[in-house]
Amino acid sequence: MDKIKNERLDDFEERRKHLKDLTDEELHERFWQLAEQVVSPLIELAYTHTSPSIERSVLLRMGFSSIEAKTLVDKVIDHHLIGKGAGHVVYKLAKLKGMSIREAGLALIEDKYWDEVLEAFGVVKK
Amino acid sequence: MKLDINKKLDIREVMKDIEHYVPKRRGWTWRKHEPHLKMDGYEYLEASTPLKQSVGLPSSKYFNNIDPQPLPVITTEIASGRFEDDIRRMRMAAVHGADHIMVIRTAGQSHFDGLIEGTPQGVGGVPITRKQVRIQRKALDLIEEEVGRPINYHSYVSGVAGPEIAVMFAEEGVNGAHQDPQYNVLYRNINMVRSFVDAAESKKIMAYANMLQIDGAHNANATAKVAWKVMPELLVQHAINCMYSLKAGMKKELIALSTVPPIAPPAPDLRINLPYAVALRELFKGFRIRAQMNTKYMESSTREATVTHVLNLLISKLTSCDIQSTITPDEGRNVPWHMYNVEAIDTAKQVLIGLDGLMEMVELKQTGYLREKVRELKERAVLFLEEILAVGGYFKAVSLGFFIDSGFYPERNGDGIARKIDGGIAANTVYKRDDDYMAPVTAHFGYNNISQYDPSLVDNPSALIDGCTFEKREKIIFIDELDENDNVYNRLDETEKYRSTSLLKPEVEWLGDGTVMVDLVLPTDARTAEYAAIEIGKKMNLEDVEVIHREVLHPAEGTRIQFKGKVTFDIDINDLIIPEPPFELSDTEITEFVKKHGFKVVAATIGEDEHSVGLREIIDIKHGGIEKYGIECVYLGTSVPVEKLVDAAIEINADAILASTIISHDDIHYKNMKKLHEVAVEKGIRDKVIIVCGGTQVTPDLAKEQGVDAGFGRGTKGSHVASFLVKRKKELLNEN
Repeated sequence: MDKIKNERLDDFEERRKHLKDLTDEELHERFWQLAEQVVSPLIELAYTHTSPSIERSVLLRMGFSSIEAKTLVDKVIDHHLIGKGAGHVVYKLAKLKGMSIREAGLALIEDKYWDEVLEAFGVVKK
Repeated sequence: MKLDINKKLDIREVMKDIEHYVPKRRGWTWRKHEPHLKMDGYEYLEASTPLKQSVGLPSSKYFNNIDPQPLPVITTEIASGRFEDDIRRMRMAAVHGADHIMVIRTAGQSHFDGLIEGTPQGVGGVPITRKQVRIQRKALDLIEEEVGRPINYHSYVSGVAGPEIAVMFAEEGVNGAHQDPQYNVLYRNINMVRSFVDAAESKKIMAYANMLQIDGAHNANATAKVAWKVMPELLVQHAINCMYSLKAGMKKELIALSTVPPIAPPAPDLRINLPYAVALRELFKGFRIRAQMNTKYMESSTREATVTHVLNLLISKLTSCDIQSTITPDEGRNVPWHMYNVEAIDTAKQVLIGLDGLMEMVELKQTGYLREKVRELKERAVLFLEEILAVGGYFKAVSLGFFIDSGFYPERNGDGIARKIDGGIAANTVYKRDDDYMAPVTAHFGYNNISQYDPSLVDNPSALIDGCTFEKREKIIFIDELDENDNVYNRLDETEKYRSTSLLKPEVEWLGDGTVMVDLVLPTDARTAEYAAIEIGKKMNLEDVEVIHREVLHPAEGTRIQFKGKVTFDIDINDLIIPEPPFELSDTEITEFVKKHGFKVVAATIGEDEHSVGLREIIDIKHGGIEKYGIECVYLGTSVPVEKLVDAAIEINADAILASTIISHDDIHYKNMKKLHEVAVEKGIRDKVIIVCGGTQVTPDLAKEQGVDAGFGRGTKGSHVASFLVKRKKELLNEN
């Protein structure tokens, strides 16, 4: 970034020309419309993406400890399954094997059944 | 378990069986407005329900000990690094009127990738863990019953583990939290993409648990080179977090803006801060206002900080605030001490109650300077948002250094904080959700393909696993301790003698820390005074002596110094000789005696002493003085010679002489007492007349050593004096 370009004198009077005739109400409305435009792509990004912390928070809610959740998410990432959801991976195995959610998660922590999980998701082992 | 206000809280008892503790409730609680509340004959327009038990302002003793509570929730921040000691401070804070307890996290927790467990000691804050949170929430559940008002418990949902912390807070009954992805990005250098993706999940969880959210915009004020110049940007930061929160599912009434009056004296405080406060509240109508106090211009003077904070409170009152946060007046010099939390809470309570009903009497002008400035700030903020969009959006704007620039936007100085979209901690840790992405839990934000398993459960994903921890608390896995050395039990053992024996030691933050502060003046320049003070501290046998405040009284004539140090000894309370509290008879007993026997006193201030207020308080019926019992008082005035006072006693045949003496220079007050006794002996009335002396500098025992019957010091009431007079008169009657 060009440092010089990033310095600017206060040209408020020049810039505000299109705003100065707005009523206060119109100005407020504009403020919030712009805020929404700034935020919309960000919230869309959140809607379609996930992160290790989000996945760990899912596992916490499914009844795993923070330590178990951390290990599980690391392993899910290692197996390129995070796009499915870490909770989904555990759920998938539980269904597949007729296990409880906790049994399934703990088995995965012990590195069991990963091949079967990958297969169930239709993912070729990498 | 129930607390007794006269007994110390037993921390080991609180911790017992903690793995099974269930918090009383979820969600935020506001105070309840009591319109036209009447207390001690005064009417309050903006007061909330009074507390069941509380400690009022020092002057409340003149008002039947009332303790009216203002309408806004009052916040105090408590985090000394040892959460177990903080619980005692929380209890002090609550009884003075705080109902929002905020726990600052230990340094570095925002970069910790996951939850911390156990109870390690922190630095500049507390490591926030499930166990620590559960213990403090349990303690607050007890404390709120002691004071009779719900207490909101609060910490931070930020850093690289935001969503996990949010889940734990929802499970453990935490009522409020800071959450603002911009804080991560700008001040913690956590990757911006990760921060925003995580934030949506965190906010959704907080919304589910009805937690109040506070944003992080006020940090721009504290960070910027010239605080007031970031005002347009502050409006933009608030807007981004507010709008993002709404989109993540939060309710407007639980989204609070953290706002600080940016400038402080010697700048013209209100002329800059008030237009900003008005602009903010107009633009963000419907959101909640959390009014924070200024920290940017805090120095080591607690007096200066308090005055700035009083001006901040005036702005809260001239505009509005739902939550009044407090900053301890010692924050400019150390991690806050117990008494300064209480001082800050009392400052807020005192000012807000003192300004009760202000806006019934005054209004802000609708034309002129104020309105022009308000409009200008709003327009500058709109222009800022326009330029964010023009350069390609928020991430691009951050990477170009738009934020925390010291220019008054659109002015730019090119010194903003710039972050890279693929830089910072936890960069490239965000993953696209596949079409079959799924998470079978409650309060999960974003795309969630539940229908692949059961289309009927789209609105109730956790039913897939028969409920998650939010519905089935028993599914939570509680971790106790992970570190056998760094934990609460070891810390408690180290200080156990101050808990379970009769030993006592001064403290300012931790039990037995031994810290005391000495306040003194040295007749020299500041630098000499500072080094002299350290020597004085050493000669007082203090350890770790450190000057914490210096103030020039005159460049050559004198310097005020405050230093801290640690005492190395304990006091055994069993060895103390504590005099009985003042003797008091009932009003009826006194009145009946006086009616039966009659009682006359002569009273005056003696020596060269014009201070008559104290004596009038003791005598006058309208101040609850001794006249109300029927005692006949002859008041001779001020600066009365001792001989004249004794002569007057002889003349009216007085039962007692009341002498008041404030001036204590060169012990003149005690010398005059001795003289009074001697003159009475000389004139032959000493065995018949009771002599009582009082004054703010009078120590009862020292007064008696001068030969008078009793001495009364600061805090004496008419009833104490009357009780003594009647008791002594009875003794004299029996003797004769």
